[in-house]
Amino acid sequence: MAVFLLRRFLQTLAVLLLVSLVVFLGLYAIGNPAEILLPDDATAAERDAAIRALGLDKPIWVQYGVFLGNALTGDLGTSFVYNTPSITLILQRFPATLELALSALLIAIFIGAPLGLYAGLKPGTRLDRAIVTGSILGFSLPNFWQGLMLILIFSIGLGWLPSSGRGETGMIFGIETSFATWDGIRHLVLPATNLALFKLALVIRLTRAQVRETMPLDFVKFARAKGVSETRILGVHVSKTIAAPIITVLGMELGSVIAFAVITESIFAWPGMGKLIIDSIHKLDRPVVAAYLLVITFMFILINLVVDLLYTVLDPRVRLGGRT
Amino acid sequence: MTVADTAPAKAAPSRWRPVWEEFSESPGAVIALVVCIILLLAAVFGPWLAPQNPYDLTEISFFDSRLPPLSTTPEGNFYLLGTDNQGRDMFSAMLYGLRTSLFVGVAAGVLAIAVGVSLGLTAAYAGGAFDALMMRLVDFMLGFPTILVALMMLAILGQGTEKVILALVVVQWAYFARAVRATGLSERNKEYVEAARSLGLGHARIIFGHLAPNCMPPVIVIGTMQIASAISAEATLSFLGLGLPITEPSLGLLISNGFNVMLAGLYWISVFPGLLLLVLIFAINIVGDRLREVLNPRNAR
Repeated sequence: MAVFLLRRFLQTLAVLLLVSLVVFLGLYAIGNPAEILLPDDATAAERDAAIRALGLDKPIWVQYGVFLGNALTGDLGTSFVYNTPSITLILQRFPATLELALSALLIAIFIGAPLGLYAGLKPGTRLDRAIVTGSILGFSLPNFWQGLMLILIFSIGLGWLPSSGRGETGMIFGIETSFATWDGIRHLVLPATNLALFKLALVIRLTRAQVRETMPLDFVKFARAKGVSETRILGVHVSKTIAAPIITVLGMELGSVIAFAVITESIFAWPGMGKLIIDSIHKLDRPVVAAYLLVITFMFILINLVVDLLYTVLDPRVRLGGRT
Repeated sequence: MTVADTAPAKAAPSRWRPVWEEFSESPGAVIALVVCIILLLAAVFGPWLAPQNPYDLTEISFFDSRLPPLSTTPEGNFYLLGTDNQGRDMFSAMLYGLRTSLFVGVAAGVLAIAVGVSLGLTAAYAGGAFDALMMRLVDFMLGFPTILVALMMLAILGQGTEKVILALVVVQWAYFARAVRATGLSERNKEYVEAARSLGLGHARIIFGHLAPNCMPPVIVIGTMQIASAISAEATLSFLGLGLPITEPSLGLLISNGFNVMLAGLYWISVFPGLLLLVLIFAINIVGDRLREVLNPRNAR
């Protein structure tokens, strides 16, 4: 275990170093932010001063050294556009993204699990086929277009829900969240639904497969023979068995939901990390892009590590470190 | 010698006929396949089918801009699906967009198959350190969501058709490598490989000439799904303004243009390209889903 963690730690360091080099070279070798930030009528002296202030006049490897040294102390550069440390900027936006991602996962579970349960109990029926086809449709719907259709139908057409922004937020237990106000919840509904649809399809398929595998098992037959009611068998015995794998898979999908939030946030102008990165790419705000890429790489390495550890807890057949 | 030469020739037709027979048992899958073929033909022959070339400024009229679907102008121009902000016929623009989208998706898919199958089979055949290294890399790649890696690459590389294809290949090869390695591992120890080896054939010839054809079923299934996913990913990236340049508008870019005017009530500019995209991806996925059922050895009858 200790060896495994140490090896993973060293791998993580190597990957981060590699990503930092790629990000630095890719972002800092292309484009000239001085040209973009300065007004067209700036004099040569003003331009020189700006280049010196941004450190763009030094050789590229010195710039990388400075970049890396600063990164180790948590300083990932200052945004050209906002003039605040980029890491602060990203962390400020993180709660909004997390809130969106968790809401989406909750929607996926609470709608997907019952549908999958029904389909799994009555395989081959008309409704089962409709649900399964619907889940393929859910996989096929391009996320961004589905978001546009939500806006078109529920904001423009029916006028029920707002289409952009986070609305009014309030404090619950000292955390700023949209759940605190009615306005916030109204703003959350469409983006969360947009983000949830893909995972909804996944939950349906997963639950259906799990139910079909579990129903013929001996313990279900035994419970039936014992005279346990069908509702209790489903509600207690079967649910317990199928819940663990579904929750594990969804936990692993949290990372992917955060990644897809980039699209949702851009469409619904949700002020999270994803919108920040897209805006920053368009504005050539290199420190923010670089910081985002490093933060997100780190986050995913962390998520994957937790998933690997979770596997060993849930499935004793999996051994860490060694090859099977 | 003669056995090795004649065996594949005899096996080839009998291997695919039952696949088609089983595939055609599902009417939905056949319809989806027909839709795929129609869309492919529409994309290939798009420039001849389209009423106008939407990117030839002499053919479009600014006075016809923002017309709703089924409009006929006093000059007798008929617009089946309406026109966009610049007066382009949406139907024509969609045909051209479909062409671009399909090209990017298929090019990325084919290249990813080439890279993934080569690396995966070589890993399975060689084993040892190369295999371990490759699979580490595959696991690492699959740990990151497709769209995120593509986004990161394009954030660094910038826009461009070849860059989008490159990003999609980097993202997708790992799926093929993993699938083909698993099949390759079980095929590697079969007698025909031993026979080929005893004939003194080179490693490359054994891998690509003998091993590869027998590892194709999972590649075909994943390939169809991945082409659909590549088309969707390209559309998403273009929608975010990171994919294809404005000079080569794919369906994603058309939808993005429509989004900007959607709040003004011009719904058709983003709705119709989106529907076309949906039908395309949906049809490919249905075909892939059916292929998976048919080609899965566990479901063999």
